[in-house]
Amino acid sequence: MTQPMVSPKPWWPMEVGFFLIPVAAFFLFPLHLPLITEMMILALFAVSLDLVLGYAGIVSLGHAAFFGLGAYAAGILAQQGWGEPLSGLVFAGAVAGVVGLLTGVLVLRGSDLTRLMVTLGIGMMLFEAANKMNWLTGGADGLQGVMVEPLLGAFQFDIFGHTAFWYAYAGLVVLFYVARRLVHSPFGLCLRGIKTNRLRMSALGSRVNLHLLAVYTVGAMMAGIAGGLLAQTTQFVSLDVLSFERSAEVLLVLVLGGPGRLYGGIIGAVAFTVMHEVLSGFTTHYWQFWLGLVLVLLVLFARGGLLGLVDALRKRAARGTASAAAPERAA
Amino acid sequence: MLTVLVDGVAYGMLLFILACGLSVTMGLMNFINLAHGAFAMVGGYVTVIMLNDMGVPFLACLPAAFVLAALAGVVLERTLYVRLYKASHLDQVMFTIGLVFIAMATADYFMGAQQKLIQLPEFLRGRVGIGDAQISYYRLFIVLLCGLLAVGLQFALTRTRFGAQLRAAVDDGRVARGLGIDVSRLFAVTFAVGSGLAGLGGALGVELLGLDPTFAVRFMIYFLIVVAVGGTDSIVGPFLASLLLGIGDVAGKYYVPGIGSFIIYAIMVGVLIVRPQGLFARR
Repeated sequence: MTQPMVSPKPWWPMEVGFFLIPVAAFFLFPLHLPLITEMMILALFAVSLDLVLGYAGIVSLGHAAFFGLGAYAAGILAQQGWGEPLSGLVFAGAVAGVVGLLTGVLVLRGSDLTRLMVTLGIGMMLFEAANKMNWLTGGADGLQGVMVEPLLGAFQFDIFGHTAFWYAYAGLVVLFYVARRLVHSPFGLCLRGIKTNRLRMSALGSRVNLHLLAVYTVGAMMAGIAGGLLAQTTQFVSLDVLSFERSAEVLLVLVLGGPGRLYGGIIGAVAFTVMHEVLSGFTTHYWQFWLGLVLVLLVLFARGGLLGLVDALRKRAARGTASAAAPERAA
Repeated sequence: MLTVLVDGVAYGMLLFILACGLSVTMGLMNFINLAHGAFAMVGGYVTVIMLNDMGVPFLACLPAAFVLAALAGVVLERTLYVRLYKASHLDQVMFTIGLVFIAMATADYFMGAQQKLIQLPEFLRGRVGIGDAQISYYRLFIVLLCGLLAVGLQFALTRTRFGAQLRAAVDDGRVARGLGIDVSRLFAVTFAVGSGLAGLGGALGVELLGLDPTFAVRFMIYFLIVVAVGGTDSIVGPFLASLLLGIGDVAGKYYVPGIGSFIIYAIMVGVLIVRPQGLFARR
């Protein structure tokens, strides 16, 4: 094989255009900025899970553990007087990353069910710990008094959410770039190999566990940064950042968009937020019912999520026009 | 001390009845079913409605809870679950979480979000003093009933033809199929019985565990712990795991209330690290 397996993937014009959509949204929906900010944070969280689940195939029921850790790390740092946002974000990512590294060793053992239980158990342990450590986390009342200083010393976090919007946008773009580089690197290729056939990859000499541990740590770090972003932009941390429901929610977001293709997380976050807004608009209390229904239908009829549907349609169209070359996926 | 022990045993026995169906179905089809608690919830609400609104005696409610939950189980199994046996674990997880959400919202819509209470019949109220310990009749009743059920299940599994087929299918589904065992039918029956037992457990648990729409999620974790720690290839493993969990949880909450459920999760993670296949698994 003369051609290298992995060439640096050029950015498609469509991809650049995709990331201009939030910029357009900034001017189109000036009253919904906090919502869009939250959407972008959710998207980043889902992308971090995509690395772990979509690319490495680790089914986690406790990814919120890292999101929550990051949120509390950034929040507590700011509450204790270190309000500089960027270093707070780095701190959030570092704390979540270290815990991810330590717990990742445990997660690698056993079957899918064992992994599920260990990730769930670790998530619940952190939830209980945060619940009981009133003096540090504020317990069930949430973390009060988070004071975040102006971004870069110049941009105050304003009441309209302008700064928060651009801050979250920058976070999403930068980390998405990192994730994109990662999955298109030889490392990312290895991960996909492991997901497809673990035994064969180890027979080829790939250090399977080391790779899985690395991607789990990176995923934890990104989730932590997403949590830190949430804490800093809302200047509040509530206990539910660590809850099981949040872990389930991010799974849903990713499955909704389509796992294993990075953009799935973002599309899923948009679809989920819109769905949430619309559904809870006419049934405030029972929107969970519709959420469940969507999940069930999704699994029964559209396994690849929204992007999977798009792919299927595109394939059908390609068959119609008899184009020989299969169109390569964008992500 | 004795009170804690009896409470723990009663709690553990109840958990066993609730979770044993899950462990058998997981072992049989390698299907991750997070919606098991929803069937328990069906049983609980059936009891509440029959007892409070229709005036049916408590002991008559229990079989009804079993039958209706089993019915719900077999209908869902034949129509929906059966499509997902070959799907990935992620799809199974997502699908059953969806079912849980639907069950929770439905229960909330029809029954309200508040906790439901039932009035136990006269002969189950009150306590008996043994030494300086006070033990409620109801807990003794649960220990007795669930103990009998556990013995009956163990008997059915080890001594009957159906049990032998079931064990064969759990061991190696393909070979069992090759020997002419109708694994699909076997699974439907097992799923129905498992759901029914969960319903029965839910009915018994209204008084002990409390019943509200979040029941399905709150105890999902406990069921999974029983299955993960007990292993899926016998009924003795989940039984011992349930007792351990029940006693550990009650004792933990009694002696060190400050750290709450933390101990349980820590024990589970610890066990799974040392024995990823479960504490009582053969492998």
